[in-house]
Amino acid sequence: MSPAAGTLGLQVAQLARRSLLRTFRQPAQVVPIVLFPLFLLAVNTAGLDAATELPGFPSDSYVDFAMAFAFMQGALFSMISAGTDLARDVESGFLQRLALTPMRRAALLLGQLAGVMAVSLLAGAIYLLVGLVAGVSVVTGVGGVAVLFALALLIGLAFASLGALIGLHFGSAEAVQGFFPLFFVLLFLSSASLPRELIEQDWFRTVATWNPVSYLVEGIRSLFVIGWDGQALALAFGIAAVVAAAGVAGAARALGTRVVRA
Amino acid sequence: MIRFGQVTGAVWWRATHTFLTNPQFLVPSIMFPLFFFTAFAGGLSSLGDVPGFDFPSGYTAFQFCFVLLQASAFGGVFTGFGIASDFENGFARRLMLGAPNRTAIIVGYLLTALTRAAVVLCVVTIVALLGGMTFDGGPLDVFGMFALAVFVSLAATLFAAGVALRARTIQAGPAMQMPVFLALFLAPVYVPLDLLAGWVQTVARVNPVTPLIEAARGFVSGGDADIALAAPVALGLVVLFAAWALRGLRRAEAAGS
Repeated sequence: MSPAAGTLGLQVAQLARRSLLRTFRQPAQVVPIVLFPLFLLAVNTAGLDAATELPGFPSDSYVDFAMAFAFMQGALFSMISAGTDLARDVESGFLQRLALTPMRRAALLLGQLAGVMAVSLLAGAIYLLVGLVAGVSVVTGVGGVAVLFALALLIGLAFASLGALIGLHFGSAEAVQGFFPLFFVLLFLSSASLPRELIEQDWFRTVATWNPVSYLVEGIRSLFVIGWDGQALALAFGIAAVVAAAGVAGAARALGTRVVRA
Repeated sequence: MIRFGQVTGAVWWRATHTFLTNPQFLVPSIMFPLFFFTAFAGGLSSLGDVPGFDFPSGYTAFQFCFVLLQASAFGGVFTGFGIASDFENGFARRLMLGAPNRTAIIVGYLLTALTRAAVVLCVVTIVALLGGMTFDGGPLDVFGMFALAVFVSLAATLFAAGVALRARTIQAGPAMQMPVFLALFLAPVYVPLDLLAGWVQTVARVNPVTPLIEAARGFVSGGDADIALAAPVALGLVVLFAAWALRGLRRAEAAGS
């Protein structure tokens, strides 16, 4: 490893640690990430279990089907977390002070995203553990769990980078919170609650088909209820990778602009 | 001496004016119920085909009842946010100094919540009717359904006001929002009570929100709304949370706010 890369790695590690500590020191930030998706998982499973009786429903158990919803909600919270933390760094002047040090700009962004990813990983493990206790089965087995976490991390990175972009661009935690409903709408207007084929309303099915979130949900869901579905996984990984690349590039650009302004 | 009605009117006018003239308050209040209505009625309508799902007016009407009560409840919660915010920026302190009968302040906020609910429910109802919702009840059913919404709005506002008057900070927002959210979603939201599964069905059977939603669905379908259960529950919630809010007001007074 070159000295420069080593320095960057150290800086990223330090800022990732800061991001982690910052999250875990505020129970108000951790509790929604863990409890809210699990609560909706329980409510949706109880409320929509009857949907498994619809002809063509892909699973006998709605909780298997609904697990993807919990992972997607976790990704949404990673967006809020990354965006809010970076916006606070702008608001508090931390970014301005950091610009006076030899710290590399990339380290700030990568460190923040790495910290958020670590929280996402932990939250994902809790969702899966609770799901398994509730009777969830992963039809793709241990390999499927590994792919599930890889995909969940990539989706988490995609949403977190969008949060970072918003937080750095607007420099306001309130603005980041304001974007949350928009992403929440995208989740609800997808195939998260029912398979697209079973959505009766034509307009809703069309929206869900055009909504990229549907493909992210279907990629995760395939590991729980369908088995190894190459097309679903390729679409999910592909869309998540494109969004993550665009988000990170946009956030890096916004950071550059923000530091120049500072 | 400033009269009760003047204080009530002043609080109502100020909070209502703030609500109607600030898009950041008005737009989410209208958009959230519409969004839930669209997502549930549009995306889950095939649940109406599930064996045992017997609701003659259709799934759109079934979901409209939930969204109606949800919008009423959240109007009350958002009014609680306003009370907490008034304490945080010092307005409530000045208001309490100037109002000899402080119960009038709570009544003013209640009127605000009802005004908010009226605006939001009008929009949601119009959208639902334009979206093809069928209302099979008669004029008395319409009255009963909106009367239920008024009671839910009053109960939620009094609950949120009680929290706001005790905490006197907007940081108490989750303490106002989460219990209402939990109570609403631990009721038969997507399917009738008998089709719910697991522990949620057990909770829903004792959840006071359940008879309210079921009565609203009875009104919409023109069927037998169980008013004998829903009316005392609605009234009981209002009385209970009125006591909660008034004790909160006494605490705020004792704290010198």
